[in-house]
Amino acid sequence: MVLPKFRLEKTGAPFWFRTLTPVITLLITFILTSGLILWGKANPFQAYYYFLIDPLSNRVSFLEVLVKSTPLILTGIAVTVAFVSGYYNIGAEGQLYAGALAAAWLGTRLEAVPMPLAMLIMLAGGFLAGVLWALVPALLRVYFRVDEVVTTLLTNSIILFIVSAILNGPWRDPLSGWPQSPEIAESARLPQLVPRSRLHFGFVIAVLTVFIVWFVLTRTSFGLKLRAVGLGKEGARFAGIPVERTMLAAALISGGIAGIAGYVEVAGIQYHLISALSPGYGYTGIIIATMGGLNALAVGASALFFGLVDTGAQTVSRALGVPVYLGEVTQATMLLVILGMFLLQQYRIRRVR
Amino acid sequence: MPVVEMVGITKHFGRVTANDHVDFELEKGEIHALLGENGAGKTTLMRILYGLYQADSGEIRVEGKPVHIGSPRDAIKLGIGMVTQHFALVPPFTVAENVIMGYRESLNMDIRAIEREVASAAARFGIAIDPAVQVRHLSVGQRQRVEILKALFRQAQVLILDEPTAVLVPQEVEALFETLRHLREQGISVVFISHKLNEVMAISDRVTVLRDGRVIDTLETATTTPPALARMMVGRETFGVVRQDAPQRDAEAVLEVQGLYAEDDRGLPAIKDISLVVRAGEILGIAGVGGNGQTELAETLCGIRRPSRGSIRVKGREVAGASPAEMTAAGVGRIPEDRHTGLVGDLTVAENLVMEVLPRFSRYGRLDKKQIHAYAQQLIEQFQIKARPGDRARTLSGGNLQKVLLARVLANQPDVIIAPQPTRGLDVGATEYVHNQLLAQRRRGAAILLISEDLDEIMALSDRIAVIYEGEIVGVLPVEDADVEHLGLLMSGVVKETQHGTAEV
Repeated sequence: MVLPKFRLEKTGAPFWFRTLTPVITLLITFILTSGLILWGKANPFQAYYYFLIDPLSNRVSFLEVLVKSTPLILTGIAVTVAFVSGYYNIGAEGQLYAGALAAAWLGTRLEAVPMPLAMLIMLAGGFLAGVLWALVPALLRVYFRVDEVVTTLLTNSIILFIVSAILNGPWRDPLSGWPQSPEIAESARLPQLVPRSRLHFGFVIAVLTVFIVWFVLTRTSFGLKLRAVGLGKEGARFAGIPVERTMLAAALISGGIAGIAGYVEVAGIQYHLISALSPGYGYTGIIIATMGGLNALAVGASALFFGLVDTGAQTVSRALGVPVYLGEVTQATMLLVILGMFLLQQYRIRRVR
Repeated sequence: MPVVEMVGITKHFGRVTANDHVDFELEKGEIHALLGENGAGKTTLMRILYGLYQADSGEIRVEGKPVHIGSPRDAIKLGIGMVTQHFALVPPFTVAENVIMGYRESLNMDIRAIEREVASAAARFGIAIDPAVQVRHLSVGQRQRVEILKALFRQAQVLILDEPTAVLVPQEVEALFETLRHLREQGISVVFISHKLNEVMAISDRVTVLRDGRVIDTLETATTTPPALARMMVGRETFGVVRQDAPQRDAEAVLEVQGLYAEDDRGLPAIKDISLVVRAGEILGIAGVGGNGQTELAETLCGIRRPSRGSIRVKGREVAGASPAEMTAAGVGRIPEDRHTGLVGDLTVAENLVMEVLPRFSRYGRLDKKQIHAYAQQLIEQFQIKARPGDRARTLSGGNLQKVLLARVLANQPDVIIAPQPTRGLDVGATEYVHNQLLAQRRRGAAILLISEDLDEIMALSDRIAVIYEGEIVGVLPVEDADVEHLGLLMSGVVKETQHGTAEV
């Protein structure tokens, strides 16, 4: 008997496969995780309902999805800007804290400044702090070829310790003794968008950022230069694009946007700085940017999806009494499946005759 | 009986025939040179012998017995060793460890005993090297000796050296030759791949000349002369000249290069004291065997590589050390040597076409997509590019990629055109297209510097020919006075033109 021979080819997967990708992804994730859900003594179908659909079905949790998405949109976009130019910024987490630090400091000083102006100052401050924190690794990378993955990652730890030192030292709350900064002024806070919800103006800032970055990357000559540098450094250099300066600009803008993420968390949610401000938004931003294929609009959508899954994980655990970690396991599984699907989309199987 | 016989070896790569019914014989204890230009098929033939490639047809016999060599492992078992220009050594390992690596394996290695063994082998073959020293501390020449020792330690009776002198400084070359003579006395056969006539004359017993994948002849080195070999190597006596009109000898000097020096990526001098003048409406051809500084010269003139010394003037304006963008602005049209790295493959054809002139297509930083599309469409028609503006560049064939690059450059009507290897890897039709474009630019009055390893191309297009050898211009002559034999001697460094006439080197 002659067995048919197959060959794997590196070319775009068939159209039907690409269109069905989201469905296949969900199906595989469902199969992979349902065993665990059954083990946790819950019905997988019900669990998935609470996970993905229930949060969208009522106003309160829908708004919560948007609240949770806000910092993720910003870090996802921050990472996108850097990655598009071929600069692998793993430091969005640290740049976020730099922005938060600046916001917490500025916020206590803007009592007398009217709201819109205070907001602009805070926004600029958060952005600049992020730029500043991104500066050293970016300079090292661009002018001395020091691997930015390592340096940006390490600077994350540095700023976490700085924040912790400040919160336990000069900024420690004198009344409660908690390691948290003094509350920021009323005028420095981001206004609520919907009464009696946590949704704040930071969401608008995040959405605007998505559209601005999308426009810059796809419609301006600066964006074309960024993409050219990221996709083919040699070709870009040959065509006369200043590769080093372009990459440096991308790295700094990326840091600034991550800094804004820190600002909106302080000024929109916490009103003071705490060391647990971010449960890894900067790192999740990398995943979100990758999932969005570095297309700003898709990155925005994938951040919203992450906000949904985050909210859903809590809903599931409340409704079905399963551990909240199950949500994280599902999230992680889905992520791996999505990345696997990306890989599969680049291949097709051919029968060899 | 010869140690190795290769009979009727044919090898195709796609539509290119690298070896066409090649016969090759290697006697015991001889140094046999394989001579030919780049792409003549020398390395391919030896890679087949070493099992890196499989011949499409033909037979290999080792000591009279037909053998199948499916991999380097098979070759090593048959006593064949090869040393390429890219060494396969582990830098933090010692010489002895590198020599035995992958050859002798046991759980318990007595490194002292191995070092003694390697040292005695080195002494036997006349190779001066300390087996206990780490390879990363060795010079290139010493590393090459380690590679040779590695092959000999594996009982090689046949040693293939692929352009061994390309990486060496002159003193190391002499040391290498000393080693090779020593090996010959011990009955080891050496294949010496080279395109340098002087070295072939100095070291080899016999020489086989390859051209376009075919054997031209095999002769005793003592019975031949460098001019005869040069003629065989570069071939054809007649050329199909496309160009009839007389060159303009007194036109304005548009590109003037004076005393230009630049270093290669390793920081070694790559071009030395180069002085050239290219006039309006003139093509100056730079002939030479690959790797003699052509790449560095082109990169320096394109603004990709900084000159370490010297002057480059375009229409009288000094531009040495300018960036690529400044070069473009100064009127230098730059065609990249490697068309794949000269474009950004994942961007579209239209985006690649406007990359050098972005300000013209943007207003306050915003790209005018409609105008870009129209411009791309116009260039696609004008230059007969088989693509749509929105296609990704990487999906195009080599010929169409080159048309995109030509379109990008020529649309700006540059005063100077730097064209390094503009037809390398292109098929006949695309090559003719590029030639006609260059001639059209010459008629328009552009000053063109054509760098090519293809002598036919140089002879057909150039008004004057400059020959580059080891980073220096060793002669400049009008095309009417150039003959193949003379060019061949210049290209292989046997003679050098000076102000006072031709001199033997």
